[in-house]
Amino acid sequence: MEAFLHQVFSGLATGGIYASLALALVMIYQSTNHINFAQGEMAMFSTYLAWSMINGGMPYWWAFLLTVLVSFVVGIVIERIIIRPVEDAPLLSVVTVFVALLVIFNSVAGWIFTYTIKTFPSPFPEQPPFGNRYISSHELGSIGITLVVLVALYLFFRFTPLGLAMRAAAQNPVSSRLAGIRVGWMLALGWGLAAAVGAVAGLLIAPVVYLEPNMMSGVLLYAFAAALVGGIDNPFGAVLGGFMVGVLENLIGAYVIGTELKLTVALVLIVGVLLFKPSGMFGKVFVSRV
Amino acid sequence: MALLEVSDLHAGYHAADVLRGVSFSVEPGGITAVLGANGAGKTTLLRAISGMLRRRGSIRFDGRPIEKTATEDIARLGVAHVPDGRGTFLDLTTEENLRIGAYTRKDRTAVAQDLDRVFTYFPRLKERRQQQAGTLSGGEQQMLAVSRALMLKPRLLLLDEPSFGLAPLVVRDIFGILRAINAEQGVSVLLVEQNAALALDLADNAYVLETGAVVMSGTTQAVKSDESVRRAYLGY
Repeated sequence: MEAFLHQVFSGLATGGIYASLALALVMIYQSTNHINFAQGEMAMFSTYLAWSMINGGMPYWWAFLLTVLVSFVVGIVIERIIIRPVEDAPLLSVVTVFVALLVIFNSVAGWIFTYTIKTFPSPFPEQPPFGNRYISSHELGSIGITLVVLVALYLFFRFTPLGLAMRAAAQNPVSSRLAGIRVGWMLALGWGLAAAVGAVAGLLIAPVVYLEPNMMSGVLLYAFAAALVGGIDNPFGAVLGGFMVGVLENLIGAYVIGTELKLTVALVLIVGVLLFKPSGMFGKVFVSRV
Repeated sequence: MALLEVSDLHAGYHAADVLRGVSFSVEPGGITAVLGANGAGKTTLLRAISGMLRRRGSIRFDGRPIEKTATEDIARLGVAHVPDGRGTFLDLTTEENLRIGAYTRKDRTAVAQDLDRVFTYFPRLKERRQQQAGTLSGGEQQMLAVSRALMLKPRLLLLDEPSFGLAPLVVRDIFGILRAINAEQGVSVLLVEQNAALALDLADNAYVLETGAVVMSGTTQAVKSDESVRRAYLGY
């Protein structure tokens, strides 16, 4: 029982990270109908940025904050400079750009920081909280930060005029322009937010998976699975999917197929959802009358 | 000086021009109707004014050239466009739709007042305030579209077939309120309609558009009494 609970809690902790990254994917998907394949590598690069700052002597939380801010700005710049010119390009061109971004971030990280695996500090104590045996401080802290990020995003999109304008621009760009909303900037802002959320995810997962240029490839796969399970166009679904995938991954890995094959869980989920319920749990089902 | 002055406007989609040298104007505080059959270029005309498609020629709003201005900036000048198909934000609530209409405004108290005003014009929208806009009926969505445009506090209202697909009673309601808005708030209106009788009842001036060109213009009285207009558009 103890081991089981431990698996569930640590599943929730990594699940929160999948949820954040899945949410980043959904944010961009909702407004552009594209999946940003480079989302994980952008997060990885942000994590290296934080690593450099911390190594340079900056306190952890300052580095955290600054990294999130810089990632936000870089996200906006990428959208304005790289994505905007291919806005109306055919799907395949856009996918190519995303894959190129992925490869570029990956190689540049390897070039600057080398492919040597590095440890990344956790801001939380090594001792488990309250002397419990089920959950480590980092896991509990990760869940806490994830929840803060998710709630902050919810409040922003639900209650601020800018959040509303971003939702409007994603839903109906033509009507949004007629209302005076600068749709292009809303998309850029979405990219910035996605990059910032991704940076948080990268910083939280790095102490677990260690820092190296390929650290996010597995995580991104789980995030894809999470987004698909929840419904690629539904932010709540993606978040719930993230937590579910995290727990499932751990339980199936521990009790069914062993940790070596854990990543297959994500792939099986992706294929399974696409085969049997392409819209996911909460996604919009498109029905067309003939 | 006219509020909207369009001269020798060419516009269209892709390579083909739909409008071929259209000139007309909207007087401040006036209601101008553009009549025409399907495919005459009515919707294209409104889209060209709002900068939603390729256009050539001169468009002046309040003396200021806007033929090169982007759609969102034209909206910010005070031109509200109720588009073809109503342009509802289907997944948002009625109130959120209205708040989007007021997005460019900073005067919060005035926005709150306008929200109340819109709800007195259309009490149905108040009842459906928290309802998802996609679940509203066609008539309610048209009321919402007009209201959303009003929330911009426009100086010029562009209306694309507000009667389209609606029951006669609903149409009467909406047109009554359009008249009130024009009279009480001094909002100028450019109305595009297939229903000529309805449009001529409301408007002061009218233009008749045929295959992308103005073939007739004048006061509604003059247009109404024109033999060919009567036969082609009024059907008696």
